Amino acid sequence: MPIQVEYMGMMLTVEDVDRENREFFSFCAKGEFRLQRGSESGLLRYPPTTACPWTGDREYEWALVEGKGTIHSYGEIHHPIQPAFKTKVPYMTLVVDLDTQKGQPTEHEALRIGGNLVTTSGDFAPPEIIRQVGIGTRVKMLFNNITDDFALPQWTVDTEAEQPEKPWRYPEDEQE
Amino acid sequence: MPASTETDSSTNKFLRGKYAICGIGETSYRRGSEESTRNLATWAVGNAMKDAGMKATDIDGMLSYSGNDSTFSPLIANDLGIRLNFYMDVHGGGSSTEALIGIAIGVIEAGMCNTVAIFRAMNGYSQVRIGGTGARSATPIIGDQIHHRAYGWQSAGQMFAPTFLRHMYDYGTTPEQVAAVKVAHSKHASNNPKAYYKKRYTVEDVVQSRIICKPLHLLDCCVETDNATCIIVTRLDRARDCPHPPAVIQSVVGRCSKPRGDIHLHYQTGPISTVAGHYAKNILFRNAGVGPEDIDVTGSYDAFTFTTMLQLEDYGFCKKGEGGAYVSSGAIELGGSRPNNTSGGHLCEGYTHGMNMVIENTRQLRHDVDDSCPTDKNGNKQHTYTYAEGGCRQVRNAELTANLGWAHPGTGSAMIMAKDTR
Repeated sequence: MPIQVEYMGMMLTVEDVDRENREFFSFCAKGEFRLQRGSESGLLRYPPTTACPWTGDREYEWALVEGKGTIHSYGEIHHPIQPAFKTKVPYMTLVVDLDTQKGQPTEHEALRIGGNLVTTSGDFAPPEIIRQVGIGTRVKMLFNNITDDFALPQWTVDTEAEQPEKPWRYPEDEQE
Repeated sequence: MPASTETDSSTNKFLRGKYAICGIGETSYRRGSEESTRNLATWAVGNAMKDAGMKATDIDGMLSYSGNDSTFSPLIANDLGIRLNFYMDVHGGGSSTEALIGIAIGVIEAGMCNTVAIFRAMNGYSQVRIGGTGARSATPIIGDQIHHRAYGWQSAGQMFAPTFLRHMYDYGTTPEQVAAVKVAHSKHASNNPKAYYKKRYTVEDVVQSRIICKPLHLLDCCVETDNATCIIVTRLDRARDCPHPPAVIQSVVGRCSKPRGDIHLHYQTGPISTVAGHYAKNILFRNAGVGPEDIDVTGSYDAFTFTTMLQLEDYGFCKKGEGGAYVSSGAIELGGSRPNNTSGGHLCEGYTHGMNMVIENTRQLRHDVDDSCPTDKNGNKQHTYTYAEGGCRQVRNAELTANLGWAHPGTGSAMIMAKDTR
């Protein structure tokens, strides 16, 4: 049976033959963030793919990875495109450098994971939190559990981590 | 990862100067065409044939592309009485124009056909909106798409935003610097009677317009329009029999990509403030036998102000990281050292997925830009080169042009054309 869930009025489907995404999101539903580790390269990769980008090797294991990292860049959306997000603006789309495997195998590489900025209870972050978040902010992953076999990874500010004094924000924000 | 000798296969430098654009055609650039994409395409291809002085029997190849609405080559060929020896309708957006010109050269060189018409027909405003609003935004989200669309991360602006912001972070690029792209292109559009938006804008206009998706203001984003466009490619010796001087193709690069493209475009490898032009430039300039400093006019994809800035920088028209300073220096304006998008481009003239910038550079090389300058008794434009509002947009002594196409930060295409030396 394909995974088929409704999330914020959007229909999300993972077909049975889409083995990699099926497994990825099923692990998320168990509260586990797992990435494929290529058998030959020993390297983790994201998003899920059928083969290792460094070796072409199709053998992998799902390695448990710590969902902690630093915001590498972001988008802050004020004009919603999808109907589901009309009531969510402004919201952030994050590109997060995972601590694991950062700068490997080459200097500028990292496992850069997508997601929205949410509160610790999983709601979209309100403007007063968004205003404090930027490039450099330390974040940790949490899961938005939609059904028993599907959860969506999201990011929240890591309150236990040491934060930069002032994360980098879009310059016009200084004038707000 | 150095892009060097091993990538030398996209074009053969010995094809330098052997092929040309001999015909260009457009519909009007408007909103609410009230025409089918098929009808728009027949007009654009028909206009390009007229421009090339060609009959239906002179065209035997056809290429088109689309990432949304379009029509099919066999339908257009049939409508215009063309019998095809080769055609192909491919998937793709802003990195297609130059890539398909390269394919046209390849299939002619392979003896598969003689002359290729390339078209792009779209109701990008009234049918399938390029900005991604409307029906497209609510389609079911399947498999890989969950990794971005489920996060409200769908439109081009939303997808590219982290790249743009990271460039600001890495290099101190400011919104005001990048807004200068809109200022320049709107200045050019004010001298283009065909442009959808002819109003001149200031930096303040841009940075005070509402935020769509940081760092993009409304006026950092291109226009959505309905239109069709066509380019006809043939061997240089045949092009020389056509009414207009050929725009001679010196090199092409097609869909050159950064390492590890994926559903999130290009984030895994980095640096994410570097775009595909970083790799494409090595093929483009080497095969043409010229450098960025030799180019008189650029046509850099302006889906957003930022895309033009990033491409001009990574193709080497300025130093890496100095794109903001370069685009705000006046260099890219008419009257500047290397004007960009002299028709107003996607920000102002109309949105065509790259075609209109190649059409404009063809006109620049013909020295026959369709501005408001008077014509002499032989029908030749008497260009003034003053660039005052509502006047001239012909670049004096335009001999070498570069087009820089953009699919997304991780993939681009490019082409260099020259004025015929005969």
